[in-house]
This record gives sequence, structure tokens and C-alpha cells, in this order.
Amino acid sequence: MTAQALLTIGFFVVVLIAAAYPLAIFVARIADVSPIRGVAGTVERFLYRLSGVDPAQDMSWPRYAVALLLFNALGALVVFAVQRLQFWLPLNPQAFVNVSPDSSFDTAVSFVTNTNWQGYSGESTMSYFTQMVALAVQNFLSAATGIAVAFALMRGFARRGAPGIGNFWVDVTRSTIYILLPLSLMLAVIFMSQGVIQNFDAYKDARTVESLTYPDPKLDAAGAPLKDAQGNPITEPATTQTQVLAMGPVASQEAIKMIGTNGGGFFNANSAHPFENPTPLSNFVQMIAMFLIPASLCLVFGRMVGDSRQGWAVLGAMTLIFVVMAVVANWAEQQGNPAIAALGVDQTHSATQAGGNMEGKETRFGIVSSALFATITTAASCGATNATHDSFTPLGGLVPMWLIELGEVVFGGVGSGLYGMLIFAIMAVFIAGLMIGRTPEYIGKKIESFQMKMTAIVILVTPFLVLVGSAIAVTSEQGRLGIANPGPHGFSEILYALSSAANNNGSAFAGLSANTPFYNSLLAVVMWFGRFAFIVPVLAIAGSLARKKRIEPTAGTLPTHGPLFVALLVGTVVLVGALTYVPALALGPVIEHLQLHAIH
Amino acid sequence: MKQMLRPLTVLFMLLTALTGVVYPLIVTGIGRIAFPDQASGSLVVRDHKVVGSALISQSFQDPKYFWGRLSATTPMPNNATASGGSNFGPTNPALLDAVRTRIAALKVADPGNTLPIPVDLVTASASGLDPDITPAAALYQVARVARVRRLDPAKLRERVLAQVREPQWGIFGESRVNVLLLNLSLEGVQ
Repeated sequence: MTAQALLTIGFFVVVLIAAAYPLAIFVARIADVSPIRGVAGTVERFLYRLSGVDPAQDMSWPRYAVALLLFNALGALVVFAVQRLQFWLPLNPQAFVNVSPDSSFDTAVSFVTNTNWQGYSGESTMSYFTQMVALAVQNFLSAATGIAVAFALMRGFARRGAPGIGNFWVDVTRSTIYILLPLSLMLAVIFMSQGVIQNFDAYKDARTVESLTYPDPKLDAAGAPLKDAQGNPITEPATTQTQVLAMGPVASQEAIKMIGTNGGGFFNANSAHPFENPTPLSNFVQMIAMFLIPASLCLVFGRMVGDSRQGWAVLGAMTLIFVVMAVVANWAEQQGNPAIAALGVDQTHSATQAGGNMEGKETRFGIVSSALFATITTAASCGATNATHDSFTPLGGLVPMWLIELGEVVFGGVGSGLYGMLIFAIMAVFIAGLMIGRTPEYIGKKIESFQMKMTAIVILVTPFLVLVGSAIAVTSEQGRLGIANPGPHGFSEILYALSSAANNNGSAFAGLSANTPFYNSLLAVVMWFGRFAFIVPVLAIAGSLARKKRIEPTAGTLPTHGPLFVALLVGTVVLVGALTYVPALALGPVIEHLQLHAIH
Repeated sequence: MKQMLRPLTVLFMLLTALTGVVYPLIVTGIGRIAFPDQASGSLVVRDHKVVGSALISQSFQDPKYFWGRLSATTPMPNNATASGGSNFGPTNPALLDAVRTRIAALKVADPGNTLPIPVDLVTASASGLDPDITPAAALYQVARVARVRRLDPAKLRERVLAQVREPQWGIFGESRVNVLLLNLSLEGVQ
């Protein structure tokens, strides 16, 4: 742990709050259903006129849910179709073939659910058209869907005796054109200034300074690598002095990838790739971007229910868990790898090097900017990575995995983080209600049997998907076939994949070979239900709360804006996460940590 | 359900056009005007030929050049069409094999070097395309490069230090040296 780490974390939190506060004032206006008049609303009105949307129409929760599901199902269909047809579509200078059916299916579900799990490598699979018109569009629309659900739940708390929770078409349109598009445009310009590429050129050849000789694997007629009797690939020496540089419209996609907590990289190496994330400054901006909307939505919530302290309490609980996890990840990675230290390699932090566990990390980011990025991307359900999580130390890798498993409520995804955390808040007041023997209430709404049933579904659905999915993968031949690292780390790869998919994160212990029909199908199903079996009960809670009267607080009401409630909320999140996952984590990262330090 | 059909399909198409076509084209336009070099890949040109990108690492194996990070891309290292890391876990024997191989190569090229080997010089980057090494890793190699090129080590050391980029704005990231630019600056110097 270095002073630089603490300074960076502190600075990050200050900049985040300073940016989220003004944004919240703006977003609260967008969430308000009253029309935006004058020139500012021109595009919005035009879109409604063409598509026949009546913005004044208020939807009941089932209607809202149906619109949302149809909109997302159509999105998945289009993403699937574009991948299957990309060879015949424009903007394909590398002439990439159509993507396989199972990979297309997995990727379609992945981008629609805001997971952005990637079984493919972007630069050798996807045409520019697919990246722009299929994948990046869902980056916007899945984020807008998340914001819409958050708005709906906020209205559930804010409204009294109301039949509806808003209009899905309006919420999606407004989130896209007023929040996501302007922020993306700003970010894209900042990224280009730092060196992120943005062009439609074919890949460029460079004549390198030195020629390179390397063992080139021999392929059979079908393109599969030939192997000798021992199972090692047969190679023959090849020499080249040409380096082919992958190109593409990266900056525009990078911006929405971060601000929409999508995380699907244009390139395979994601935010570690110098063309996606060229400088420490671009890296810092990416980290802020991941938390910006989730943080500001907490404050929007406070404004909408007419008590800003409620928003700060939720934000406070998130920040508390995040800072502790960031410190642990930094500490673990700075320790380095004792096995490498044993070979006489210098891993100490000094004026001329960051030191620590540098396998799978970029020099410009070192330990601090990598460990912090990993904490943020998994606290938020982003899943972009600027370092390979698979190569983290056991405890350093446990932090991102467990943050995902907490249910993506520590800031979480755009919209989904807040609605997830509010479900935990309902759980927290319920537990408190049991302790003091009073009907629980939150923001003036009585929490009764129907809300608790829905809350139970929401809280149980992802652990069910993670644990059952992992069990299926480790007990099946095809599941084990994907493992890259031996020992408990191999189990961690599978557990991480299922946690990431069910909680719609999208990052990976990427050694796992997941681009197989087995994993593509399993993960697609898990991602879909992880997203929508979560959203529908949340909308049901929103609808049922909107119909309730609002009761005034009395002397017996548990205040939900003070440190006591923050502690209760943190306790609920951590306890549920710990009780569910400690046994599984013990089999992976915990054993590996003990092994690593027992040997050395 | 039926009255949802028009909003569903038309709104979807309009938002697709806006976010999938109009938006990236606007960004491309801004890039062309404001940041033409960056938007096209920060290419390094020598004698009217593109010799690489300032942001993408190249392979250097000759002892007269400074070497970069290990690259786990396939089939060749520093493959800029197949980015990625090794994904070796911390207890994977293959990780230690890769480290040992690099240590051996460094020792063979410079048997007399007694400095501690900096960790970034024996580990693979996340992208496989990391253009930088730490100042420690560059300074470790000064003795070797100076010997092969018959340069004064003190002068070469100064050259290296002149190329160190400090953390951006003094707070972000780490000190680093761009390997390609450092090696290009030595062209013509023996």
C-alpha cells in the first residue's frame, strides 16, 4: 500500500462527487415527466411524432414491463442478425466472415443486458458496421433501459395513490438523447485528444524497426493447428518486418462503453489496449465515467422523493464499501507475487518503478491505476478492464469477484445499481422492522408482504444463477475443458464467469475459453435472466409502491438518512454477499492464496 | 400490445440511426478536424514510411535495442491485430517459466549486470501491446546497449532520462519510457 494509492483513491472520490452533484440536478429534470418545452425539446418531440408515442400517457407497471421486454428482445434480435449477416453488410474492410450462431447469440444477449461479456476478440471478428450499428447502439439502449427502471422505481416512492410509474418510451428516449449522447460526445473528444483512434480505415501496415522471427503454428486444411504426438503444436520459423495495426471507430464506442457501464471493448484487450486507453489521464476519465451516472442517480433519488438526505445516505453506503475494497485490492497487488520474488526479480515500489504484481498490467497504469480500475469496473457493473484480472494475486482477484457477487449494488450499473441498492434498502428496513417489532417503512411507504416477496425474488435470483450455473460448468466435461489455469485458479475462472454473467458485469478471468457452444449458451441464458428476472419484480415493487399512500414519519419511524441506516444497509449487503459466496470463494481464491504463501 | 408495435419498431430504428450512425460520424468529423494524428493511430513516420505507432509496442530482440515488456499475443508477440495478456494465474507454472526464460535472455545478453531485474521487464502486459517500460527497466538495460553500441554509459543514461515521461499532470499513472521512440532516437548513434 503506497501513499500514492490513498491519494489517488481520495482524489477520485472528490472528483466523482463534484461531477455527480451538478449532473444529478440535470437528471432530476429529465426524470420529471413534464414536457421539455422550447428548442431544447425539438429532437424529442420529433422522435415521438414519427414513432407515434404519446408522452403524456402513464403506464401501469405490467404495461411498462411489457414495453421494456419487447424493446430489449427486438434489440437482441437485431444484434444477432447483424452479426450473422456482417459479411454482406458495409464497413467491413477486413472482410470478416459472419459470426457463428452460438457466439452471435451470446453476444446479442450480452450487449442487450448491459453485460457486455465478450467471447470473441473484437479486432479479428467484428466489422466496423457490427461494432457501430449493432453493439454500440445496445450500449446506449441497454444503459437507457437501466436508467428507465431506476426512474420508475423512484416514482414508485415519490408518487401517492398513482396508477402508473411513467412511460417507458419517454424514459428511454430522454435518457438516450439528454444524458447518454451528450456525455458520450464529450468523453469521445477527450479520449481522441489523448490518442484514442477514430477512423474507418483498413488495418494499416507498419514497417518495423527490427525484423521478427517467431514460431508460426502450422495449420491443417480446416485452419485448425496441427499437433505432434505429444500434443504440442507443430510450428515452423517465420520472419516478418511488418506490423499490422488494427483500426476502427473506437473513440465513439469507448465513450458510451464507459459512461453506460457497458464495458464491451472494441479490442480484445479492452481498456488495456493503448488505442482504447492511451494515457493515465484517459484512464482516470474512464474511471470517473463508470461511476458518474450511478453516483448521480443516488442524488436524483433524494431529490425525487423530496429529501436529498435519503440520496446521500445511499451514496454514502456505496462509497464506504467501495473505498474499503479499493484499499484491499491495491494492497494485495502491491505485495507482488512471492513466486516471482523468489526468482530474484525486484518487485519493490521505488522512484523508478511501481513494482508489485505487474503480470497482466500496463506500465503507464502501474499498480494503483490498475487495481483501482479493477475495483471500479466490478463495483459498477461495467466490466471494462485495463489489466487482466486472471493474473491478479489471489486476494487482489477476490476483490473484483466478490464485488460482482454483492449484486452490483456498490454504484452498480447505470440505473441497475440504484434500483438494486434500493431493494437492499427495503431488505434492511425489513430486518430492522423485525428487530423492533414494527411494520417496516421506507420513504413513507409501508413495506408489506407483496413487496417483500418481490424483494426475495430479486435478491435470490442472481445467487441461484451463479451457483447453479457454476455447478453445471464444473461438473460437465465441456465446462472443464475451457479452464486455462491449473488448480483452484481454474475453479475461480468458472466462478468468476458465472458471477459476471448473472450480475451483468462482463469482465472475466479471461483465460477461460468461453467462445464455445457450451459457454455461449449457458452464459447467454444466465445473463438474460440475471437482467430481466431482476427487472420485472423491481417494476412490480415500483407499481405497488406508487399506489400506496405516503405516511408521515412518527417518533417510532426508523430514520433512513443517518449513519445508523448507512451501517444497516452496508451490513445487509455485505452479510447477504458473504453468506452466499464465502463457501465458493474458499474453494477458489482463498485456497490459492494459502498455497502461494505456503510454498514461498 | 398492438398499439405498442409502432413505438417499438419506429423508435428503435430512430434511436439506432441516432446513436449508431449520426453520433459516430459526428465524432469522426471532430477527430478529423481537431485531432487528425491521434484519430488515425499516432503513427510514427520516418522517410515517408510508417514505422509503427507511438502507442503500440514492437518486438526488439537485438541487444543493441532497448527491449520492451513481454507480449503474450499469438502467433507472434506484439501482434496488433490480436491484443491480449497471458492470463496466467499467479500460481501457474507457465508464468514462472516465462519469467525464467526472460531472465535467462537478459543474463545472456549482459552477463556482467548485477542490478536487480525490474518486474515489468520479465512480465507480460495486459494488452500485449504496452509501448512503455518503467525508468528502472530502461536504466537496467543502459549498460548492455551502451556496450553494444560503444557509447558512453553515462551519456546514454542521460538520453534515457530525457525520455522519461513523468506521471501525467504529476498525479495520474506512473513514470514511463516509450521503447519504440527511445530506440528510434538511437538510430544513427552507432
